[in-house]
Amino acid sequence: MNDISLTPGDLSIAASASRPIPSAEPEPETKVEIKNLSFYYGNYKAIKNISMSLYTNQVTAFIGPSGCGKSTLLRVLNRIYDLYPHQRAEGSVLLDGENILDPRQDLNLLRARIGMVFQKPTPFPMSIYDNIAFGIRLYEKISKSDMNDRVQSALQRAALWDEVKDKLQQSGFSLSGGQQQRLCIARTIAVRPSVLLLDEPASALDPIATGRIEQLIEELKYDYTIAIVTHNMQQAARVSDRTAFVYMGELIEVDSTEKIFTKPGNKQTEDYITGRFG
Amino acid sequence: MSHSEHIIKSYDSELLRLTGEIVRMGELSISQLEAAIDVVERRDERAARRVVENDEAIDALEQEIGHDVVRLFALRSPMAGDLRNVFAALRIAADIERIGDYAANVAKRSIPLSMVPPIPPTKGLDYLAELAAEEVRDVLKAYHEQNAERAYQVWKDDAELDEAYTGYFRQLLTYMMEDPRNITPCTHLLFMAKNIERIGDHATNIAESVWYQVHGEPLTKQRPNRDLTSSPESVNLGEKPAK
Repeated sequence: MNDISLTPGDLSIAASASRPIPSAEPEPETKVEIKNLSFYYGNYKAIKNISMSLYTNQVTAFIGPSGCGKSTLLRVLNRIYDLYPHQRAEGSVLLDGENILDPRQDLNLLRARIGMVFQKPTPFPMSIYDNIAFGIRLYEKISKSDMNDRVQSALQRAALWDEVKDKLQQSGFSLSGGQQQRLCIARTIAVRPSVLLLDEPASALDPIATGRIEQLIEELKYDYTIAIVTHNMQQAARVSDRTAFVYMGELIEVDSTEKIFTKPGNKQTEDYITGRFG
Repeated sequence: MSHSEHIIKSYDSELLRLTGEIVRMGELSISQLEAAIDVVERRDERAARRVVENDEAIDALEQEIGHDVVRLFALRSPMAGDLRNVFAALRIAADIERIGDYAANVAKRSIPLSMVPPIPPTKGLDYLAELAAEEVRDVLKAYHEQNAERAYQVWKDDAELDEAYTGYFRQLLTYMMEDPRNITPCTHLLFMAKNIERIGDHATNIAESVWYQVHGEPLTKQRPNRDLTSSPESVNLGEKPAK
């Protein structure tokens, strides 16, 4: 308990300290612009007129209940849906100003520019080295020594090199789940994409492997534009700069992650992230 | 924003418990302030010591709230409105704990005050305490109702307590100048009055926390402050204006 004393020193105490005004953030550069995007599985409209942007060197997290369309949205962004019949997209998705939904789009090149990593690690049934080299060989013809450099660089970027440098010829399946997932990330970045799509990349991993993936995302965003789908709200809060809440195929709200998790503008978003949904 | 229930029902019970603890702690602090003023009037040393001892109950509640807040952060990872709710509770508990300390200080000073002959200005302390207790009561209602406008009103109205304190300060200075034998009791009364004035400041802190809890942004308006005792003009507060 403290008593209050009136001393001459009190007279000099300023009534209030002024708060420094934060400097204005530079306007982020748009990498991917989604305009009036709708997507159909047959007659079922899974995405309804979504418009938003993914900004360069930022991580955008997509959250929402199962079946809301967030993974579908990711699948549209590198047109992986083209592999399946009766699926179609309307609207436009501009990557550096170029509409990737254009039927004339070269899909192989597109998937090199927009890489995707899935929930379950999907290493190819080949050596760790070849898992990385395979994708590079599809797009480029380079010397053995250049290939060695590229494989090493990709594994280093994926924070896996130290763990596998002595066993590059072993099967990719010999790695743990977390290592396999980082191998998949290494494989994706080896072909030098500009956008990374991560569909629940850590949902099958333990907390330590998850931490490594999240650290990796934090490092990779300085070179790539990243979109991540996650069911883990804390993960979205930890790794992303912006968060989009998707519900029943509609974009309910997209804003800075800090705003979404402290003061969302929409009641549905608030109900979802605070566990009141349903 | 939303008052619907969580999918996990026990989360609701934990948040409700937190609100209940804050309200209980606040009510205790008001009782302590009223009891402190009562012992000043009655010049009752034993009752004063009881008030000082009772402050421990408020301190214990603050510890309990701190524990509950840490538990909520660790186990529930509150987000958005829930996050602001839990954060505000922690801040408000700290403010109420200080209010309890100030009430205990008033009771403590009543003991030496009761050992000297009574002086008329002692009565003036009642009015300050009434204003302060009313502020705390109102801001607790605002917290309980999540009523930011009501909190804002308390925040603004603290100027009335400041003004009353300045008037009382002036009155005590006059008494001290008139008769040096008044200096000892008046000095005690000055400290007690300052304690009560500070209770009002903590009520405004609580109002700011309620505002933040409801709106998600700080209350940045300029608050009128009519406590002039620490301004350079205070040197003249005890003197009659020159004609």
